[in-house]
Amino acid sequence: MTTINAEGVHYKKLNEDIHQSLATGERQIELTNVRGQRYIGVGLDAGVDITIQGIPGNDLAAFMNGARIEVNGNVQDGVSNTMNAGKVIVHGDAGDILCYAMRGGKVFIQGDVGYRSGIHMKAYQENFPVLVIGGVAGDYLGEYMAGGVIVLLNLTDDPKPAGYLLGTGMHGGAIYVRGQIDQTQVGAEVGFDQLSDQEWELVQGLVVEFFGDLSLAPRQFAREEFMKLYPKSRRPYGNLYSY
Amino acid sequence: MSKRLVQAEFNVERDPERCIQCQVCVRQCSNQVHAYDEEAEQVTCDEASCVGCQRCATLCPTGAITIKKAPPDFAPDNNWTSDVIQNIYRQAETGGVLLSAMGNDTAKTSWWDNILLNASQVTNPSIDPLREPMELTTFLGAKPNAVELSFDDQGGPSLATKLAPQLVLSTPIMFSAMSYGAISYNAFESLARAAGQYGTFANSGEGGLHKDFWPHGPNMIVQVASGRFGVDIDYLKVAAAVEIKIGQGAKPGIGGHLPGEKVDERISQTRMIPVGSDAISPAPHHDIYSIEDLRQLIYSLKEATRYQKPISVKIAAVHNVAAIASGIVRAGADIVAIDGYKGGTGAAPTMIRNNVGIPIEFALAAVDDRLRQEGIRNQASVVACGGFRSSADVVKAIALGADAVYIGTAALVALGCHLCQKCYTGKCNWGIATQDPYLTRRLNPDIGARRLVNLLRGWSHEIKEMMGGMGINAIESLRGNREHLRGVGLSDRELSILGIKAAGE
Repeated sequence: MTTINAEGVHYKKLNEDIHQSLATGERQIELTNVRGQRYIGVGLDAGVDITIQGIPGNDLAAFMNGARIEVNGNVQDGVSNTMNAGKVIVHGDAGDILCYAMRGGKVFIQGDVGYRSGIHMKAYQENFPVLVIGGVAGDYLGEYMAGGVIVLLNLTDDPKPAGYLLGTGMHGGAIYVRGQIDQTQVGAEVGFDQLSDQEWELVQGLVVEFFGDLSLAPRQFAREEFMKLYPKSRRPYGNLYSY
Repeated sequence: MSKRLVQAEFNVERDPERCIQCQVCVRQCSNQVHAYDEEAEQVTCDEASCVGCQRCATLCPTGAITIKKAPPDFAPDNNWTSDVIQNIYRQAETGGVLLSAMGNDTAKTSWWDNILLNASQVTNPSIDPLREPMELTTFLGAKPNAVELSFDDQGGPSLATKLAPQLVLSTPIMFSAMSYGAISYNAFESLARAAGQYGTFANSGEGGLHKDFWPHGPNMIVQVASGRFGVDIDYLKVAAAVEIKIGQGAKPGIGGHLPGEKVDERISQTRMIPVGSDAISPAPHHDIYSIEDLRQLIYSLKEATRYQKPISVKIAAVHNVAAIASGIVRAGADIVAIDGYKGGTGAAPTMIRNNVGIPIEFALAAVDDRLRQEGIRNQASVVACGGFRSSADVVKAIALGADAVYIGTAALVALGCHLCQKCYTGKCNWGIATQDPYLTRRLNPDIGARRLVNLLRGWSHEIKEMMGGMGINAIESLRGNREHLRGVGLSDRELSILGIKAAGE
């Protein structure tokens, strides 16, 4: 385990220090006093484990390819942008456009998330992106969503677990929400349903993993507490053209 | 009303004296225009389906077929032309958005044709490129504000300034972004191989880079667009440069949509989405709502590539292009690519293709001026694109201020494209804009690459001849050298925006 003090260090230097450390064969790195440095963990491969004390800047874990990042603090915008594999665990809230175009791996956010989380998430072969949110979500959750799953746990039992325009343009994947979402909150492409046995099994497994990774006291949920948001069509724009 | 009001756009004439009923035309036409009537023992035709691609006429062994444009004989009207009327019929039948492909085909001036080049006479010698060295090598990337030298003990100089990563081109011409998916595997391979053979670059487009093409990485620029299709860390690492696609000249401001029908196994592997699913590129990158946000993605990509590759940003030429380009340069882009309103596409709504954006000539002049005025022209290279038809267009663009150009349509024409503008149907009879294996095998990548290399060689030689005529022996000396341009038939306003004098001045 190598500890790097990020106090007053520019992101370019900090990330270079991380790469240097990895080049020596180090696989476990702790970053302390992180205050807004961007691009931590960008493109890192499997086998690397980074713990962050503080608040990392935008684009944390962008293009990440298998590494594990745990953040003891909040995170800002663009976390896990186009992430391919790996895991990000956040003991706090997240900003906007979380998991943009994420193709694989898992992102666990203990608290709330901002706007456009899970936008254009997509699954491919063995890659299956998972976003679990402990709190509530802003508008446009799962916009253009093409694959993977989002689980919104709403642990604070908020009567309104998410904002508006959820799943706009959604054409794949599924969003599981604990609590109630009504028709005024979703895009035209979204349908409501109960969770199937298989889906409930998936959600239960993710819940156990989420509570374990975040070291939270386990909680039991009933299947009836959840509703499923799914795309009514895989081809929402199939009949748009004239020729 | 069940009968379609849309009339045939082409007449298919078959000379019965020449036709030998060999049915080559039947086999060649993916639109089923030609058919063989077993009973009558003769080839018949359905003109309504003809797109005018000339495949049958070209391959007919006896030259029996002639395809002629057949504008339906509506009453002559300068406003309600046959195209306008036919389009309304199409929309009345379907309620859909009109779709087009390739570049804006409406009859508007090409300002390149109103710009003329200079040549030396008496007072300075012209240069013969056949016998004297002529330098076309082009470096794309940020250039330093100044260079510093350091000297060793013996006084030997070396460069102390650390240079930003550069793309090195043997000629100032690259192949524009065309995705595998929009074009066929063989067309993509032809472009990639030709770029490698001639020492220039092809652009993957926003649809990813199939692993088969990774060996071509050193000659590929890969795109990152709003859908992030096929983008992972390996894709970024394998390429020579990364281009953030913000917009495209044929359809500024709108996203893209590859229909699920075209997402077969190999395209699925390339885009990293399941077979048969729609590939939807949102209109904006939703992580970019400002120049500061763009800077964030630029530096994210620089971090991902460890600052070893130039990062390009491609935009469509729109009204405030100069200010936007300035912002892009200040955001840290190493290359700014600007696509004019005649830029091509595999599919765009017709109204947008024909009406949105501005010509590359004005956009390029405005961007080059603005970057010079702000003292940041060296911080990024400028690549112009959007309808370059010949080496003369290229020379004029470089003299107006471009570092290099992208060619797309011209490259496809070299591969056999006949500009029928129906790429979006996926039925390209020339094997270029299709994924149908029966059609794609018509394009042999060995021959395709050779034809593209020939085109680059021909244009490059012409560029050298034009430069030599001006008494210039290095492309660097032509760059932004508007003294070598004169306008004809242009208003004072046009001349002033282009920053060139009128012929005779």
